[in-house]
Amino acid sequence: MRRRACSVRETLPHDGNTFRLRLALLAAAALTLAACSSSGPIDSTPPPRAPGPFDKALVLRGARLAAIGNCITCHTAPQGRAYAGGYAVHTPFGTVYGTNITPDPDTGIGRWSEAAFVRAMREGVDREGRHLYPAFPYEYFTRLSDDDLHALYAFVMTREPVNATPPANQIFVPRPAVALWKARYFKPERFQADPSRPAGWNRGAYLAESLAHCSACHTPRDALGAEKKDQYLAGGEVGAWHAPALDASSPSPIPWTAAALAAYLHTGLVDEHAMTAGPMRPVVMNLSQVPEEDRRAIAEYIVSIDTRAPREREARKQAALAHAPLRPAAGTDDRAVRNGAAIYAGACGDCHDRGRAAEGGALRLPLAIGLTIPTPRNLIHIVRDGIVPGVHDTRPWMPDFRGALTDGELADLLTYLRSLTDRPPWRDVDAEVKRASKGAG
Amino acid sequence: MIELRVNGRVHRVDADPQTPLLYVLRDDLGLNAAKFGCGLGQCGACTVMADGEAIYSCITPVSAIGTRAIRTVEGLGTVDAPGPVQRAFMEHQAAQCGYCIPGMMMRAQALLERDPGASAAQIRQALQPNLCRCGTHMRILKAVARAAELMGRGGKT
Repeated sequence: MRRRACSVRETLPHDGNTFRLRLALLAAAALTLAACSSSGPIDSTPPPRAPGPFDKALVLRGARLAAIGNCITCHTAPQGRAYAGGYAVHTPFGTVYGTNITPDPDTGIGRWSEAAFVRAMREGVDREGRHLYPAFPYEYFTRLSDDDLHALYAFVMTREPVNATPPANQIFVPRPAVALWKARYFKPERFQADPSRPAGWNRGAYLAESLAHCSACHTPRDALGAEKKDQYLAGGEVGAWHAPALDASSPSPIPWTAAALAAYLHTGLVDEHAMTAGPMRPVVMNLSQVPEEDRRAIAEYIVSIDTRAPREREARKQAALAHAPLRPAAGTDDRAVRNGAAIYAGACGDCHDRGRAAEGGALRLPLAIGLTIPTPRNLIHIVRDGIVPGVHDTRPWMPDFRGALTDGELADLLTYLRSLTDRPPWRDVDAEVKRASKGAG
Repeated sequence: MIELRVNGRVHRVDADPQTPLLYVLRDDLGLNAAKFGCGLGQCGACTVMADGEAIYSCITPVSAIGTRAIRTVEGLGTVDAPGPVQRAFMEHQAAQCGYCIPGMMMRAQALLERDPGASAAQIRQALQPNLCRCGTHMRILKAVARAAELMGRGGKT
């Protein structure tokens, strides 16, 4: 079946929103004709028969790569069938739903040839020739090698086909406008190794910049959703969470080492660092399944982005450790800080004063990155919702304080905790807490 | 002195503001349904309700409660007139040693007040933080589903 290459099929929202949008749409449509003329449909292919013509070892390699890509997270609905789509990705431009990438011929990608799959990954165009929203991170996948794309194709085409159609996208950017975005911000390219760096570093750079797409969350974006290239890994936003900076501006109280980061990517829990929470949890869950050398390589590369001198990093570490016992808030005349300190003593101290080494103990909080990032949002989510363990996770966990603390108490607690760091106070903590409890988070 | 609204009554207690709510309930007010399990918010045996939400009373300082209404198993019904959750737990003999049961009941109560039509999956999800060491999970789940039926029929307390 052939379809028109770049049909203007997305409808505008019904809220009457607006002349400006319509103008934008017209402009987009006009310019798009030129921009996307090279992206025609690719003929469908008969669905491969299970177990398919794919080599087992190739499929296994594809599985490990898919784990590094965190593919399952955005392509699986909560409690849904694996890779059958329906996961809501909330962006500043609306909500995009992960598509069904099982080999179901009607609702999945069962009719996609490898050429169509490779084009989607490298150029952000689906089999029928339509531009894909960059919520699908082809900006990064474009750097993948032929071999790895081949293995990923073998993996997805050998998944169990599921007949499922995800909900329609709720996004106010018409699809043809994506062509303009791509023309301005997207460059199809392959990864180029840096011969002056060791092989491990290059492996890590390749994985981090392509499949793992770390910077998709950890790099800030501009108003049009494009990465600010001059602030690579300087900290970004992902849904209601802040993804901390990984470069020299890293707020981590103890600077990461490659060994610590590799262990964190394996278990989500390493000494003297906060345990993984929020959108990073599924990433770690997936990375826990990949070969150790790949985690090490990613860690080696990421840590190299933090260009601070070893002496400076060591000094920060020693200062953080020396600082870790909580300073009493006595003597302060800030009401919020005093109240927050009392709440800490009653609700948090039992675990967090003990340190991790003790039975039932938790991280001493001045070492938690949630206190040093520019926004209180992560900490609000963690205190309110807890950090719920996975199904087979038997470790102690952070209980939720939803309902136990009022919004005002939570705000005071956050204000107190922030006062323990070397960072300026957060502004508008009360407003942030209110926003989060309204369900914005 | 701290004023505390528990099961529809106002109490005045003389307690350090940082005292866990659980201690005040048990030691000062003699309400012994909520149990001390781990003291760390890990097991759920201490679960009570504050303004309709299930909370861990062992890690909630009494000073944080303010004017919110606390509810414990003692507030769900009496021996002569048990509430729907209590009736359902008895019907299904959901307790073995019984230590976790008050926490289970209060978390179930909070769920069913919010959503009397909760599905089996939602019940499992909601009870996830509460541990039972005897292994009566299946009976507990059945009891909560039964309580949902009873409450749906207008048995609301």
